[in-house]
Amino acid sequence: MATKVHMEALSPTMEEGRLVKWTKHEGDAIKSGDTLAEVETDKAVMELVARADGQLLKVMVPEGTTVPVGNIVAWIGKPGEKVDGDGAAAPVPKSAPAPEQRARSAVRSAPASAPQPTPIAPADATRVKASPLAKRIAKDAGVDLKLVHGSGPGGRVIKRDVEQAPTAAVATTAPAVQRPAYGAQRTPYEDVPLTQIRKTIAKRLAASIGPIPHFFLTTEVDMERGAEAREALNKQLGEEGGKISFNDIIIKAVALALVQHRACNAWFQEDHIRYWNEVHIGMAVAIEDGLITPVIRNADMKSLREIAAESRELAGRARNRRLKPEEYTGATFSVSNLGMFDIDQFTAVINPPEAGIVAIGSIVAKPVAEGDRVVVRRRLRLTMSCDHRVIDGATGAVFLKTLKQMLENPLAMLL
Amino acid sequence: MATLTYRDALNQALREEMQRDPNVFLIGEEVGVYQGAYKVSRGLLEEFGPKRIVDTPIAELGFAGIGVGAAMGGLRPVIEFMTWNFAVLALDQIVNSAAKMLYMSGGQIPLAIVFRGPNGAALQLSSQHSQAWESWLAHIPGLKVVAPATPADAKGLLKSAIRDNNPVIVLEGEMLYNLKGDVPDGEHIVPIGRADVKRQGTDVTLVCHSKTLAVAQKAADQLAEQNVSAEVLDLRSLRPLDEAAILESVKKTNRAVVVEEGWPHAGIGAQIVDLIQRDAFDDLDAPVQRVTQADVPMPYNKLLERAAKASPEKVVAAARRVLYLE
Repeated sequence: MATKVHMEALSPTMEEGRLVKWTKHEGDAIKSGDTLAEVETDKAVMELVARADGQLLKVMVPEGTTVPVGNIVAWIGKPGEKVDGDGAAAPVPKSAPAPEQRARSAVRSAPASAPQPTPIAPADATRVKASPLAKRIAKDAGVDLKLVHGSGPGGRVIKRDVEQAPTAAVATTAPAVQRPAYGAQRTPYEDVPLTQIRKTIAKRLAASIGPIPHFFLTTEVDMERGAEAREALNKQLGEEGGKISFNDIIIKAVALALVQHRACNAWFQEDHIRYWNEVHIGMAVAIEDGLITPVIRNADMKSLREIAAESRELAGRARNRRLKPEEYTGATFSVSNLGMFDIDQFTAVINPPEAGIVAIGSIVAKPVAEGDRVVVRRRLRLTMSCDHRVIDGATGAVFLKTLKQMLENPLAMLL
Repeated sequence: MATLTYRDALNQALREEMQRDPNVFLIGEEVGVYQGAYKVSRGLLEEFGPKRIVDTPIAELGFAGIGVGAAMGGLRPVIEFMTWNFAVLALDQIVNSAAKMLYMSGGQIPLAIVFRGPNGAALQLSSQHSQAWESWLAHIPGLKVVAPATPADAKGLLKSAIRDNNPVIVLEGEMLYNLKGDVPDGEHIVPIGRADVKRQGTDVTLVCHSKTLAVAQKAADQLAEQNVSAEVLDLRSLRPLDEAAILESVKKTNRAVVVEEGWPHAGIGAQIVDLIQRDAFDDLDAPVQRVTQADVPMPYNKLLERAAKASPEKVVAAARRVLYLE
């Protein structure tokens, strides 16, 4: 029987896709994994790949058509095979897919082995599979099942898992404002349930200012030494190319400051806060018709040169809309830079579920008081936007102070 | 207390009840002169005479109907079927007459009648003579169904069945008739609707009845060698079901495997699983597993027959699944 080719959800938020170009044509031999078409999603141009072997029997959708996720776009089968519902399966351009259609497509695409967008924000953060008995025991003992590793099929939490759960899972405490460096942590993150006070803060402040209660902290950083360091480094790199930008230095400094302040390296997740033990910096990049934030993963562990090369490469592909979903999702904190547009300072909007973003203005030479003298220094204004449900004023302030110290004394980054 | 075979325990129950109540009589094929196809009625014709030990032609529907009529007239007939495979011919009398009479007469006509005979597979009797009928019979409101697994339960349950004022189905087993066990003398009654923990355990409940008791016991022995403590719960009665005993055991062990001779689809085990998931949901640590006959007519070939039947190995594997030991 012929196999249907559906418009697949190629990004976590995709609801429809525009079929840009068929790379295979009717009559072509198809192997599972072959690229059939290029599809423009809400984020990028992606490849739609075959899930079956055979011949491309019929193309249902002309190039340029926008098709809801779940609709049939082609048929693969044995040469000469009849495909059913030729007419019935015609595309429904631009109309919203029926909910059940979307659900079916999600189920269908889940087990496929071909490259699939990996939703970095797991939807299972609040859904724990557990046996009824394990749930009851956990409830009676006050154990948070989300913190228990499930050893049953599909990660099901069973009785023995709850009984063996460390007491840490039984009584989690709110994280301290200051956190030690966490390079030694083995898990990528820790989910900490919201305490009552955090719940109240989340509710009241969200009611006040919108779903994400932002507040803003601004500091001015002396970039004299930072600029000197950058010049020296670029001189050192010389003809090798791959110059280091101020943006690269700031990304590195933000990453290292986050290592010292895990309280700011976090996601708000409705009923808990996910404190990340890894630092992934989202870097806002302006593109023709919008904005996208490619992610520099583990930025705290990368050299300036690596960050420079990676950010340049990612920004280039972002502008060409060639980023894969996993390259622009999963940041734990973001940086937005409008310095090149002569903006002194601005406030950036948080990219949820992240809890913070730092907005970078221009580096401007200006008179400042140094002791009792007035001197001209290159200065930079940083504004941090904080999600008040996660970060309180003092928490953000101490993070920003560390960041300022790092930028003012770049040698500190070597520590 | 004497050591008796299952057949002699049934014989003892029949004899004692016939001595006790002159309204009790036995009717069926070969029950008199031949003393029963499986010798359950040995010596009874001699003791009670041909008016109370009645040989019939090969006519299941006919002699079941005679029994129903006699019961309507106030007697307490015991109908012996040579096997339950043949009793299918008499289902109209059992289901449409015996099971309905009390209800449709507005409670005026109770039927104190017992239908008994061997049920399930023996050895190489092939598809038509190797069937376990309990889910058919337990499906019917108006019938009680018992399935004793030991000589003592066979005596105690047959006596209860004969004394009961409702139609009672007694499912015996060809492979059980030679089974020996201690049987209390005289007035030994096992109430209908009462299960029995045949082996105490803490880790998993093996629910069984009739011939599958032996299967579950062997599985429990093998599990013990793997440090798994299995509780063996013998249902004994399939209708009414001892729901309290099943729930009590599952609440203790948190896991269950239901073993039966019949086919999987709509089997007795499905009824047990329904009960457990509904009333012991919060006590379950794993989905309940079932071990049944393969979903095919019973093969004649010896190896295929063995492969099709519920076995201790299959029960052990299912127990390991519910214990997450696989």
